[in-house]
Amino acid sequence: MVTASPEVTYNSKIEGDITVTRADAAINWLRTNSMWPMPMGLACCAIELMATASSRFDIARFGAEVMRFSPRQSDCMIVAGTVTYKMAPVVRRIYDQMAAPKWVIAMGACASSGGMYRSYATLQGVDRIIPVDVYVSGCPPRPEALLDALMKLQSKVRSEPALKKQFTAA
Amino acid sequence: MTTDVDLPTAVSQQFPSATPRPSLDCPAFNVPAGDVLAVLQYLRDTQACDFLMDVTAIDWSAEASPRFTVVWHLYSSTKHNYVRVAAACESNVEPAMPSAVVLWAGADWHEREVYDMFGIKFTGHPDLRRILMWDAYPYFPLRKEFPLAGLPAEMSDADINAEIGVGVISAPMAGGPFVATPGEPMSDAEPRAKDEAWNEKKEKPE
Repeated sequence: MVTASPEVTYNSKIEGDITVTRADAAINWLRTNSMWPMPMGLACCAIELMATASSRFDIARFGAEVMRFSPRQSDCMIVAGTVTYKMAPVVRRIYDQMAAPKWVIAMGACASSGGMYRSYATLQGVDRIIPVDVYVSGCPPRPEALLDALMKLQSKVRSEPALKKQFTAA
Repeated sequence: MTTDVDLPTAVSQQFPSATPRPSLDCPAFNVPAGDVLAVLQYLRDTQACDFLMDVTAIDWSAEASPRFTVVWHLYSSTKHNYVRVAAACESNVEPAMPSAVVLWAGADWHEREVYDMFGIKFTGHPDLRRILMWDAYPYFPLRKEFPLAGLPAEMSDADINAEIGVGVISAPMAGGPFVATPGEPMSDAEPRAKDEAWNEKKEKPE
């Protein structure tokens, strides 16, 4: 098996049946390679999100193919599309229902900034209501761009202290 | 599109109050608000305009009187012609119009949308609520005095509002709306800010 992190590679010829690593490295290895997305598909970006999950682009290569439609079972909310002010409280509530640790990808111009919708009805960037880890440019972004965002998120997760208390109650 | 040439005469004979309305395509009539249901019913039952395609409205401007006009688009699925009926609301402040839900059940959501965007109350509507914006939204966005960028308001969920402390803001227009200018060289005509004197960082000069 090829793993990106040299800290958790294991050579049984040298080390026998014992693996020594840091808890951070082991936990983050688990987190990065089985990130279950919450597909918050709100507009046309969701089509590209579906393409990313399908055979041609195959997000399963990065361990993120288990799209869960339950916030209780997901780690990473992919906000794919235009967030209206009517939908914004729902997005926030679903984010609150996700168990920590949790991350957010703002996919596309609308989720990142409101995009072309400078209007009374559109939330001007989903980062006004939830903390965003990775922004993806594009209208909509190509699936490769979303995969790149996922890889960037994985490298961010890999460098985080795994056991720190990430979220404090308000 | 085949136009039934007899329809305008038939309508003006049946309803002397209906006046022809300037139209580039199909027959169109201006009708007093009180007669509009009778005209629509006549068109549906006698002229076979059995399909209500659209209900919409016009806000002529905050100063105009009558200010609001409601427009119905009808289509005949047997004769394949279109008819447009328009009626001005009597009140400019609390505009109202009889509901066409008694004639077409499909008028329900159209009228909710017109109510949501223009604030025109349809009397006799079974369930006149907002359909696009949330119920507590305080404005009618397609009225002329409402700015494109929007006005500050609360979002619909009180819990979430208390937690995140952000609401609806006026969208940063940054010199927009970004529209192409016709007739210029393509490099000058492309959508861009026409007024670059201000942006998100620099306040708009009064």
